Amino acid sequence: MLSSGGQGRLARRDFLGGLALGAGGLVAQAAEPLAARMPDSMKTLGGADLPYGQPSHHEQRVQRQLSSAAGFAVWRTPLQTQRGIITPSGLHFAVHHNGLPDIAPEQHVLMVHGLVHKPLRFDLQRLMRYPMVSRVHFLECAGNSAANALSPLPVKQTLGEIAGEVSCSEWTGVPLSYLLHEAGLREGAQWVVAEGADGGSHSRSLPLQALLKDAMVALYQNGERLRPSQGYPMRLFMPGWEGNVNVKWLHRLEVTDAPAHTKDESGLYTQVLADGRIERFAFHMDVKSVITHPSGQQTMPEPRGFFEIAGLAWSGHGRIARVDVSADGGRSWMTAQLHGPALDRAFTRFTLPWRWDGRKAVLMSRATDEHGRTQPLRSAWKSRYASHSFNHYNAVQAWGIDADGRVENVYA
Amino acid sequence: MRDTLARWLRAAAWGALWLGSAVLAQTAPPALVGLGEPLEPARLARHDITVFPGGRNLPPGQGSVAQGARLYQAQCAACHGPRGIEGPAARLAGSDGWMGWDDPLRLLRIRKHPLLIQSVGARWPYATTLFDYVRRAMPYHAPKSLTDDEVYAITAHLLHLNGLVGAEAVMDRQALPKVVMPGLARTVSAWPPGP
Repeated sequence: MLSSGGQGRLARRDFLGGLALGAGGLVAQAAEPLAARMPDSMKTLGGADLPYGQPSHHEQRVQRQLSSAAGFAVWRTPLQTQRGIITPSGLHFAVHHNGLPDIAPEQHVLMVHGLVHKPLRFDLQRLMRYPMVSRVHFLECAGNSAANALSPLPVKQTLGEIAGEVSCSEWTGVPLSYLLHEAGLREGAQWVVAEGADGGSHSRSLPLQALLKDAMVALYQNGERLRPSQGYPMRLFMPGWEGNVNVKWLHRLEVTDAPAHTKDESGLYTQVLADGRIERFAFHMDVKSVITHPSGQQTMPEPRGFFEIAGLAWSGHGRIARVDVSADGGRSWMTAQLHGPALDRAFTRFTLPWRWDGRKAVLMSRATDEHGRTQPLRSAWKSRYASHSFNHYNAVQAWGIDADGRVENVYA
Repeated sequence: MRDTLARWLRAAAWGALWLGSAVLAQTAPPALVGLGEPLEPARLARHDITVFPGGRNLPPGQGSVAQGARLYQAQCAACHGPRGIEGPAARLAGSDGWMGWDDPLRLLRIRKHPLLIQSVGARWPYATTLFDYVRRAMPYHAPKSLTDDEVYAITAHLLHLNGLVGAEAVMDRQALPKVVMPGLARTVSAWPPGP
C-alpha cells in the first residue's frame, strides 16, 4: 500500500509537470535524443579492455593486508569481502620468511634423491608432460588467528587482519607419488625433506606415506601458472596441512629415514602444551569456520532488520558436514544452510537469514566435519595449550554487535 | 575388402590398447612415465646442504665462541639484538613464554614483537639445526654468505648465550651433535596421529 501510494504521488507530480510545460514542452521532449534521459555509462562508448583483466577500480580497497609485526611479511586475505569458495589468486594469503624470489622457469630443476634407487631431476618442460590432477583445497597458516590465541583482550581488527591467513584455490599439478615411484623408494624410506629455491632455502620434513597418498607438485592455481608469491614455478601441496609444509619454489626432495628437524619444525611451527611438553609435527589444520558477513570493524546497514549471515568453513580432515550459528553468544544455535559443493578439505560457504532486533548480539559459528570433529570454544582451546602457544588455533570466532550496529571481535 | 578388414583390425587393436590403459589408470598410478633424467652427482653436491640431528652432512671446519661473538655483533645483532633477546627477529636465547627472570623487560618486548614469546634456545631440540639454518638462510640480507668456519663460530656463540657450552668451546662436526638442547627432553610428536 505504501509503494502504490508512492507511485501515485510520483505520477501526479509528473502529470502536473507536463501541464506546466505545455504543448511546446511535449514537442521538445519528443525531439530530444535518448541520451538526455540516460546515465553516462549508457550514452558513451565504453573504454578498452586489458590483456590481463583487473577488478573494477571501484573495488580498490579489496586488498591483502600486510603485517610485519611477526618480523617477516604476512599478507592476509580480506575474507570479509569474499563470497564464494575460491579466493582470487591475487588475494591468496602469503607468509614470506625470506622474501619473494624471482625464478626463471627454464633454469628451475626439481631434484629427487636420498633413499631412492635412481636419483632424478625434472625440468619444467618434462614435468609439464606428466599426468596432472586438479583439486580445490584451502591452505591455512599454522599461525592463523594467533592474535585470538595470544591476546588477553580481543583485538579490534577486521576478519582479514585476525584470521586472513587462509585461502582456497583450485590447485593442479603432478601427484608426487609418480615422481617418487619413478625414482624408486629404497628400504628404510620414511620421510622426505622438501626444500625451496628461495634465499632461506626453506625446508620441512614430511612423512613419506602421507605424501604418497595426498601430495602434489602444484604447477597451476585457479587455471593459471602459480603466482610468484605462491611458489612459481612449482610448490609442494599437501591438502589440509599447515601452510608452512607446502614448500614454495620447490627444488629438492630428499628421501630419508628420519626428519631433519629443520628450523621451522624446531621452533616457530611447534606448540607448547598445557603440561609444558613441546608438540612437533602436528600437520593437520583442524575444523574451523568464520562468519564473514557481518564481521569485525563493520557496521550493520540499518538499526534493525533483515541480514543474511554468511561465512566460510573448512577442515583439514575432510568435508564440512554442518555449521551451527548462534546470535546469543552460544545459548542457542541454528543450523546454517551449506552451499555446495562441500568439497574435501576446501572452503564451504554457509548462510543463515537473520532478523536483527537492534539490540546487543553475539554472533558465533561452529563447524563440524564429516568425521564429527567440531570447533572448541576459546576457553577449551586455551586449556589444551600453554598460555604462550598460538599455532593451530581453531576455536569458535565470536563477533559482538553493539546497539549502535558496530561489529567487533569478542571472546565468548 | 581386405583394406576394410585391416582398418577394422587396426581400430580394434587401438581400442584394446586404449581400454587397457584406462583400466591401468584406474588401478595404479602411471608409475613409469619415465621422463625424469639422471641427477648428476655434481649438481646434487652443490645443493645437498641439509644437516641431520646425528651430525650427518656436517661439513669440515670449526669455530670458537669468541670468534662467534665478534661475528654475531657484526652480522646478527642488528636484527636479533645485542644479547639475542631484544628482537625484532627471533629470540635466540633464554626461556620461552611471557616472563623470564633473565629478562624483566620481556613483556614490553613481546608487546612490540609478539614472536619474542618463543625462544630458539628453549624450544629447538637439536644443536645441528642452528648450524643448518644459519648456513642456509643467514644473514637475512645476504643468505649463504658465511664460510663454514664462520657458521660453526656463530653456532658456538649461540649455544654459549644459552649456557649450553662454555666460553672456551669450539664447535666442529664432532662436537656439535653432542650438545644437548633442553627442548629435546620436552618433545612429543603429533605424528603419526593417534586414533
